[in-house]
Amino acid sequence: MTLRTAIVSIAALYLLISHQHVQAEVKTGINELDPLFEAFYEGRGDRRTEALDALAALRPPATPIDTQPDARELLQGILDGDLMFHKPSSTIVWAIKDGREFIMTSLDRTTNLGRDSSRKVKRLKLNNSIRAYLRQLIAALGLYSDNPTERLVAIEALIDKPESIEQKTLDELLLNEQDDAVMIALQSLSTRKQLGSADPLERLAAVTVLRTDLSSESRAAIVRIESRDDDENVRKAAQAIRLYHEKQVNLFGWAETLFFGLSLGSVLVLAAIGLAISFGVMGVINMAHGELIMLGAYCSWAMQQLMPQSIAAALLLSIPVAFLLTGLVGIIIERSVIRFLYGRPLETLLATFGISLILQQMVRTFVSPQNVPVANPEFMSGVLQINGVFSLTLNRLYILAFCLIVFAALVALLKYSRFGLEVRAVSQNRSMARAMGVRSARIDSLTFGLGAGIAGIAGVALSQLTNVGPNLGQAYIVDSFMVVVFGGVGNLWGTLISGMTLGIANKLMEPWAGAILAKILVLVFLIMFIQKRPRGLFPQRGRAVEG
Amino acid sequence: MRTGKSRLSSLLFISAVVTLLVSVTTFNQLPADHDLHVGNFMVSLLGKYLTYAILAVAVDLVWGYLGILSLGHAAFFALGGYAMGMYLMRQIGDRGVYGNPDLPDFMVFLNWTELPWYWSGFDSFAFTALAILLIPGLLAFVFGWFAFRSRVNGVYLSIITQALTYALMLAFFRNEMGFGGNNGLTDFKDILGFDLRSDQVRLGLFIASGVALIIVYLLCDSLLRSRLGKVAIAIRDAEDRTRFLGYRVERVKLTLFTLSAMIAGLAGALYVPQVGIINPGEFSPLNSIEVVVWVAIGGRGTLYGAVIGAMGVNYAKTWFTGAYPEAWLFALGLLFVLVTLALPKGIAGLHLFKSRNKPTGKMEPKT
Repeated sequence: MTLRTAIVSIAALYLLISHQHVQAEVKTGINELDPLFEAFYEGRGDRRTEALDALAALRPPATPIDTQPDARELLQGILDGDLMFHKPSSTIVWAIKDGREFIMTSLDRTTNLGRDSSRKVKRLKLNNSIRAYLRQLIAALGLYSDNPTERLVAIEALIDKPESIEQKTLDELLLNEQDDAVMIALQSLSTRKQLGSADPLERLAAVTVLRTDLSSESRAAIVRIESRDDDENVRKAAQAIRLYHEKQVNLFGWAETLFFGLSLGSVLVLAAIGLAISFGVMGVINMAHGELIMLGAYCSWAMQQLMPQSIAAALLLSIPVAFLLTGLVGIIIERSVIRFLYGRPLETLLATFGISLILQQMVRTFVSPQNVPVANPEFMSGVLQINGVFSLTLNRLYILAFCLIVFAALVALLKYSRFGLEVRAVSQNRSMARAMGVRSARIDSLTFGLGAGIAGIAGVALSQLTNVGPNLGQAYIVDSFMVVVFGGVGNLWGTLISGMTLGIANKLMEPWAGAILAKILVLVFLIMFIQKRPRGLFPQRGRAVEG
Repeated sequence: MRTGKSRLSSLLFISAVVTLLVSVTTFNQLPADHDLHVGNFMVSLLGKYLTYAILAVAVDLVWGYLGILSLGHAAFFALGGYAMGMYLMRQIGDRGVYGNPDLPDFMVFLNWTELPWYWSGFDSFAFTALAILLIPGLLAFVFGWFAFRSRVNGVYLSIITQALTYALMLAFFRNEMGFGGNNGLTDFKDILGFDLRSDQVRLGLFIASGVALIIVYLLCDSLLRSRLGKVAIAIRDAEDRTRFLGYRVERVKLTLFTLSAMIAGLAGALYVPQVGIINPGEFSPLNSIEVVVWVAIGGRGTLYGAVIGAMGVNYAKTWFTGAYPEAWLFALGLLFVLVTLALPKGIAGLHLFKSRNKPTGKMEPKT
C-alpha cells in the first residue's frame, strides 16, 4: 500500500512538474489522478504511455470502501471509450450515451453529474499502439486480481513475453500466491523468465525444470533453446529434453486415443447391455431397444423441465425415473406382444420393429419432431488436465465410470440375487426351472423389463453426450446388436469386452480413415467376424446352447 | 395336380397384371376430363408400386421359400438403382447446371477433374443393364458365400444383412465415394434417347415394370416348381435334415440369394427413372424392413401374396401420408404388430385364398 502510494505520488509529481506550462486543466474529482489524466489528455507519445503506467500502478483498491477507483476499471474505461472529457467543466467522467445526450457520473462513480449534449462531451484520443498498450496493462493488472481465474489469464498473457515482468514483482507474487493452479503457472512463468537469463547455468536449470512440463509453450521454448542457445551444454540438455518430450507426447497421444476409445466403448456397452439381457439371456430380438434408450433420454429432458433450478439433481433423479419408466414400458411390451411370439425370433423382430415405429412417432407427435435441449450440469462439464498434452473431459470420464457401475450392478444382480438365479435357471432350462417352482412367465416379464430399464438408464447417459431427438435410438440399434453378437450372446462380460474393443478399434482407425470410414470398416470387420465365428468372441458352451 | 393348380394361380396373376397394364394404358389415353381418365401422376405412382412388387417378390423368394429373413434387400435395390442412375447421369451430357460435358454436376461442384474409373462404361446401356444385375448379384454372392458356408442363419443372418445395408448407407453418404454423397443422383434427362419427362416414356416405363414383374414372377414360379425349389422349401422347414439327406444346402441358398439380389437390383433400376432420384436414404435399414412387412402382410411363401402386400401397403402409405401424415408410422407400426400376432400368414392366408396347393408347413424357429 505504501509502495503503491509512493509510486503514484512520484509519477504524479513528475508529471505535475513537467506539465506546469499547460493551460488547460483536467479535473477528475480525485486529486492524485488529475495530473495523470491531464498528461494523457494533452500529452503526446511517451508522455501518454507514462501516464498510463502511473495509472496502472494504482492497482485495484484494497478494500471495497476505498474511494480510490480500480485502475483496471479506469484503463478499461479508456480503452472502451466509456471515460470521456466533459468540456464545460473540464472533467473526466463516465459517460453513457442516451439518445443525443450523455449521462455522466463522477470517476469514483459516487456522484451523478447530470447530463449534457453529445457536443459537449469529447472522447479521449486513442490510436492502435495506445490500445495495444492499454490491453497489455490491463492484462498485467490481472495479476493482482482477487479472482484466481483472472490471475491465471493474466499470467498466460505474459507467458510469451516473460521479459515484460520485473523479477522483483514475480518474486513478490510467488511469495504471496495461495492458489495451487496459479502457483504452478507463476512458477512456469518464472522458469520462462529464467530461460532468458544471461547466465548459462541459470538457463540450464530452467531447461531442466521444463522437462516435466509438456505444454506446447514449454515444448516450443525447448526447441527454440536447442537451436539458438549460445551455450553448448544448454543446447545438449535441451536436445535430450526435446527427445524425451517427443516420446512423452507420443505416449500421451496413444493414451488419449485409448481414452476416447474407452469412452466410445462405454457408450456402446451402455447401449448394448440392456440388449445383452433381452437378446442374450432371453433370446428375444428387441428392435425397439433403441427407442427405449430414446425414452430414457427424454426422461432426462422431462426431469430437467420439471426442475429447471437444479439441473444436477434432475439428472441424478432421472436415472431411477428412467429405469422405472422404460422398465414399465418394457414389461407392457412383453406382456402385450412378445409373450405370444416366444420361439419365433423372426416374428418377434418384426413386431418389435413395429413397436419401435410407434414409440418414435409418439415422441414426434406428443413432444416434438425436433431435438430437445438437455443441459449438462456443472459437475459434468470441465476437464481433468493431466499434463500439457493430455486431458480427460469430465463428462466422458463420468459416463465411463457410470457404465462400469451399471455393468457391475447388473452382473451382481444376476449372479447373487434370487431373481438373478431364477433368470439364469429359466434361460438355461425353462421346463426344469418351472418344475422347480420358478414362475417362468413372471421371470420373462421381469427380465425383459430389466433389459428395458437398463436401456432407459443408457438413454440418460447418452442425453449428456448427444442430441436428444426421436431418431436417437435408430443410431444405436445396429451398433448394439453388433456389440452383443460380437461379444457372444448370453455373455455379459463378452458384451463389455466387445463394446470396449470396438470403441477402441474405431478410435484407432479414425485418424487415418476418418470417422465414417472407420465406422464402415468396423461394420465390415464385424460382418466378416460373425461369418467366421457365428457365436461371437466368447461363445456359450454346454447343453444350454442348443435349447 | 399341384403343378396344375400352381399354373392356374400363375395364369390368374398374369391376367391380373396384364389387365392392370392394359386398362391403365387405355384410360391414360382418354381425354383428361373423362371420368375414367388415369392421370400421368397415377401412372408413375403405379409404376413405382410395380417396382416395389418386384422387390417384394425378391424378398419373398428368400424369406418365404428359403427361410432367410434378409433385412438388407433394399441395399440390392439401391445398388441396381445407382447403376441405372449412373447411366442416366451420363445421358445428361453437357445439359447439367455447369454444362460440363465430361463430368456430372456434383463432381464439378467438388472440383473433380476427371471421371472416376468405376464410372466408365456407364455411357453404354448394355453395360448398365449388365451392371444392374451383376453388381447386386456379386455382392450377394460374396456375402452369401461367406455367410452360408459358415452356417450363419436365423436372426444372426438378419442382423448382419442389416449391418451390410447400414454400412453401405454410411459409405454412399460420403462425397468421396463419387456417387453424389448426400444428394445422390438426380436431374435426369433422357433414357435411351427418349425424354424422361414425356408422358409416353413414363407410360412406357410403367409397362416395362409390369412386364418385368410378370417375367420375374414366371421365373420364380418355375424355379420354385423345379427340384431346386423343392429343396429350398425343405431347407426352410428343416435345414439340418435336408443337409443330412445329402443336399448341398449352401449351394441352394447361395443360388437363390444371388438370384433374389439380382431381381432386387432390376426393381431398383426400374424404380429410379420413374421417381427421378436415387440417394443414400434408399439404403436405410428401415426401407429393408418395410419390404419385409409388405411380404408379411401379403403372405409370405406365396409370390402373389408378396405382390398384393407391396401394392396394398404402398397404396395405404400414399393415402395416409396425404391425409394423415402424422399417423402413417402409427399405422405401419400397428400393422407390423397385428400382422405378426394375428395374421401370421398374411392376406394370402385368409380363408378366401386358401387352397391346397399353397406351400404349407410352418416356419421352424431358427435360433
